[in-house]
Amino acid sequence: MSFNPASFINRSVSAIPPSGIRKFFDIAAEMKDAISLGVGEPDFVTPWHIRNEGIYSLEKGKTHYTSNAGLKELRLAVASYLKRRFNLNYDGLSQVLITVGGSEAIDLFLRTVLNPGDEVLIPEPSFVCYKPITALAGGVPVTIKTKAENKFKLTPQELKKAITPKTKVLVLPYPSNPTGGIMEKADLEALVPVIKEANLMVISDEIYGELTYGKKHISIASLEGMAERTVLVSGFSKAYAMTGWRLGYACGHPDIIKAMTKVHQYAIMSAPTTAQYAAVSALEKGDNDIEYMCSEYNKRRNLIVSRFNAMGLECFEPEGAFYAFPSIKATGLSSEEFVEKLLYSKKVAVVPGNAFGESGEGFIRCSYAYSVENISRALDRIEEFLNDNKLLK
Amino acid sequence: MKNQKLYNDIINSLHKNCKLSLEELAAMHGISVAAAAEIIDNLEKDGTILGYGAIINWDKVNSTNRVTAYIELKVTPQRNQGFDRIAERIYQYPEVTALNLMSGSYDFGVTVEGDNLKDISLFVSQHLATMDAVISTATHFVLKRYKNDGNILTVQKEDDREVMSL
Repeated sequence: MSFNPASFINRSVSAIPPSGIRKFFDIAAEMKDAISLGVGEPDFVTPWHIRNEGIYSLEKGKTHYTSNAGLKELRLAVASYLKRRFNLNYDGLSQVLITVGGSEAIDLFLRTVLNPGDEVLIPEPSFVCYKPITALAGGVPVTIKTKAENKFKLTPQELKKAITPKTKVLVLPYPSNPTGGIMEKADLEALVPVIKEANLMVISDEIYGELTYGKKHISIASLEGMAERTVLVSGFSKAYAMTGWRLGYACGHPDIIKAMTKVHQYAIMSAPTTAQYAAVSALEKGDNDIEYMCSEYNKRRNLIVSRFNAMGLECFEPEGAFYAFPSIKATGLSSEEFVEKLLYSKKVAVVPGNAFGESGEGFIRCSYAYSVENISRALDRIEEFLNDNKLLK
Repeated sequence: MKNQKLYNDIINSLHKNCKLSLEELAAMHGISVAAAAEIIDNLEKDGTILGYGAIINWDKVNSTNRVTAYIELKVTPQRNQGFDRIAERIYQYPEVTALNLMSGSYDFGVTVEGDNLKDISLFVSQHLATMDAVISTATHFVLKRYKNDGNILTVQKEDDREVMSL
């Protein structure tokens, strides 16, 4: 019998559509002189003291596995860091699990708690991984469309409307990729009674928690009675420009963390050892690095937002992460049309908002994790694009 | 009352990149173009900003073979005028590109540039060593520059981030 590889691929995997983000970048990558505002990772290199600690650990021959849950020293450092920066109380030994990036933590959590048919609420527009991971774990993703006029915050009314008897988990992805929206304390407090009444668990993806501008990030886990029903996911990629080290963590109730550790130990064994040693230095000596990078991002944020508004693409003020999410509705084009025309005529790559869910239609995501020169040049070209095509009256 | 933090932020932005337009600078710091212009004007007037120049990696400039030396100078400070009077006599020379009063085993650190080793040797022996107040000199030639004023000169910066679905 002839071999048909497609017939071997699991139905859930086959059903996952390719990411809408990649499509245009593969085209842009082949283009000469293309400028991108597409990349979702810091342009900074990991601060030297952190890299040096990784090198030092290699010199000392620290090349073995760590314990499954992660280096004890690092778990304790995560707990004390979360206390210091976000007033969260976790026991480093029983409530912290070190993972391969925040992404692994999201996958572990959903695989740990979901039974077939359980529903997971996912506010959109949001990071592209929640839906496929939910589906792969046997769950049913249920999206909630957040609105630009609410600064893409999740409201208790929207949450309540989406809850069914099958709802088990709420994903809370703030500060938000792609919108830059944040949830303030009052916004979170409004959700708490709804979450408790429906007896949900929350997975709070706070990977951009250190990158807020003006307002300090608040974790839902810091609210009364929420620590136990929240699994906080974060990592080192965005705060310390450590994307390539692949290191993150999950914090939560000891029973949940223990169960997640079980899945982690069979799939991954343990997170990379070199990265874990480097991360200790990040947590203990990296506060200044965060301040520095944050203030640089802030200047670029001010620049990109003011220019979008000036050229007539309405852009609400993103208060976190490193993305601007201007509306292109006034041009009459769909997100994909806009992005494609812009790429072919002006060689600027941005991401269509609908790649992050239907409610992102009419927007584009522009990362400002780029040099000011790069941002200004890209914005000049976008402005030319609007003028050449008379897209705005 | 001037906003010192804003002034410092603008100084830092310009120090990193003086090609920023007034519009960019204003937007980046959340102020009006007029306010940004006024701040820069003030900084120029009070001598905080002395000029605007490109950061050059001179090793890449083929036609020049400039030689740089760092000279440790021990001097006898003069009555009533301390070191300042001597400094004045040293920094007037165009060959001197930097001059600092130091703590430790010598007094002045003098950076001198010339077209070749001989130029610099002559400058030291004829102009610096002969000054009354100078007790001794020690000349160190720069062999290779790695980092200058915060800029690493030996590696090219390029965006090597790869395509990622996030």
